Amino acid sequence: MRERLNLNIMLGKRELRPYRTGGLRPRSYNVLLIAAAAAIAWFAGCAIAPDWLAPYPPTEMSSDSLMQPPSWAHPFGTDYFGRDVLSLVVYGSRDSLFIGVASILIGGLAGGAIGAISGYIGGLTDAVFMRAVDVLMTIPGVLLALAVASALGPSLFNMVAAVSLGTIPGFARLMRGQTLGIKNRPYIVASRSVGVTRFGIYWKHVLPNSLSPLVVMATLGIGGSILTGSGLSFLGVGVLKEIPDWGELLSQGRSYLTVAWWICTFPGLAIALLVLSVNVIGDWLRDRLDPRRRGEAN
Amino acid sequence: MVRVVIGRIVSSLLVVVSSSVLVFVIMYLLPGDPIDSMVNVAATPPEVIASLRHQLGVDKPLPQQLADYFGKLLRGDLGTSLLTSEPVLPKIAAQLPPTLELAAVSLAIALIVGLALGVLSAIHRNGPIDWIARFVGLLGISMPNFWSGILLLLVFSIRLGWFPAMGSDGWRTLALPSLTLGLIGAGFLVRIVRNSMLEVMSEPYIVMLRAKGLTERAVMYRHALRNALIPAITVIGLLAGDMLAGTVVMETVFARQGIGRMISDAILSKDMPVVQGVILFSAVVYVVINLLVDLSYSWIDPRVRLRHRTADTGGAIR
Repeated sequence: MRERLNLNIMLGKRELRPYRTGGLRPRSYNVLLIAAAAAIAWFAGCAIAPDWLAPYPPTEMSSDSLMQPPSWAHPFGTDYFGRDVLSLVVYGSRDSLFIGVASILIGGLAGGAIGAISGYIGGLTDAVFMRAVDVLMTIPGVLLALAVASALGPSLFNMVAAVSLGTIPGFARLMRGQTLGIKNRPYIVASRSVGVTRFGIYWKHVLPNSLSPLVVMATLGIGGSILTGSGLSFLGVGVLKEIPDWGELLSQGRSYLTVAWWICTFPGLAIALLVLSVNVIGDWLRDRLDPRRRGEAN
Repeated sequence: MVRVVIGRIVSSLLVVVSSSVLVFVIMYLLPGDPIDSMVNVAATPPEVIASLRHQLGVDKPLPQQLADYFGKLLRGDLGTSLLTSEPVLPKIAAQLPPTLELAAVSLAIALIVGLALGVLSAIHRNGPIDWIARFVGLLGISMPNFWSGILLLLVFSIRLGWFPAMGSDGWRTLALPSLTLGLIGAGFLVRIVRNSMLEVMSEPYIVMLRAKGLTERAVMYRHALRNALIPAITVIGLLAGDMLAGTVVMETVFARQGIGRMISDAILSKDMPVVQGVILFSAVVYVVINLLVDLSYSWIDPRVRLRHRTADTGGAIR
């Protein structure tokens, strides 16, 4: 064993985790992970069956309990129509989750496809696609989404379209880099030499090997899309329904900030908690999927 | 070297031109008409609407509108606002200072806090500083900027009354919005700096430097930090671009004057020339910053000679 170790040192194989300390830390990270998973499960539950989890119907207004501070009957207080803020937050989670997941699915598929084609085919195709991505990148995502969402008008699908547009460049560039890095590896050259078709090589070897960073980016991207989506609602181009989503709730509560802090605080807390949980999962996935970091805590 | 730089500048110009074409086409294709926000369409006779459309030039076919736009652009004319009939360029110039102040102070906060925390957390790994840094990093990518802005507003201006809740003159109005944007930026930066420091610290040459007997301080600050800064610079470039987008929200939350507020108002009222102008401006800013970032690589890292720009940090950032 000792000789083995010395040999490794001589050969320059370094210990990859020289700073790792045992004991308390990895366990405490798992607590964070479990808490994040539980929070996501709760929000998912709210999205699927809000009528079970919300204490009141979200549209129920009672004129005798306007802008009540948090209490046992209304843990998050009530708003200016006497609606229960907790119930509104529970009902609002559906749109936020949907926008986050759907826009990353669309943006990731579109961006991933652009990046894969660009990197694998190369040449003129690559040049044209990448210049297009460069152009898309120069326009700040929020502005692009704001412009598209306001022009298309208020609807959930338009919102998804607007948010996903801004996520395309990141996925395209990452996928292109991955594909470029893999397509000249020895095992790819070997498959070519035994006569596997170009598409066959891509499908069986390049694609599976290039996906894991994309999965990480997608997970962390869900958090980002939820933020963009609720930001758009906050700025006033939201879905506009009877039941407001979190961003809109926050923006409505802003007018009552001096007298009712709870209307703004709790929807924001919901956004932050959901995004934080998604990001904790994303970080964990990143560490798991990157063999160099496996076993580390961040 | 000079040729490479000139080549980069030319391609940057191309990117700016195509991004303004793109925005023009998007805004042209999307439904919605600037006339809607100027007059009540249902109550206005169709002849008046037709003559208004003619006056604005929005009844012409797309290629001609584009040609008109770029023709004017070359003469330094960005058109006039549909709502206020002010020329766009002076309007942008007038709104620029408060936005620039906000973006610059936020970026400074992000750089100072982000770099310091990132480096210290990598050095004192798993210590209390590291825990704080990782917490800041997670919060930075998880907090909605409008909410953290509102929280700061609630605590520091409504409860404690230390800072004014709105307005855009003087440093006291700058404190809360720039802290909001700066700390979020710091969160992004901490994650990158920490990771890249840790990566550099496990390189064989660091072991060699330690073996050579250099003090830990010299190893860290003279060697590890310099190498770890390269990915950080990419992020700083992206952050500077993000700051502009962040000001859109901050200027709404804190009722400040500025470009961000101007463009969100213009988008909501379909004031095309203003939208076009601000997006052109932000594209120029973005491209210039990226050009500087690219050029700085070759200055900081002798191995990089422009053509071999270091790979995207992609997934690590967002």
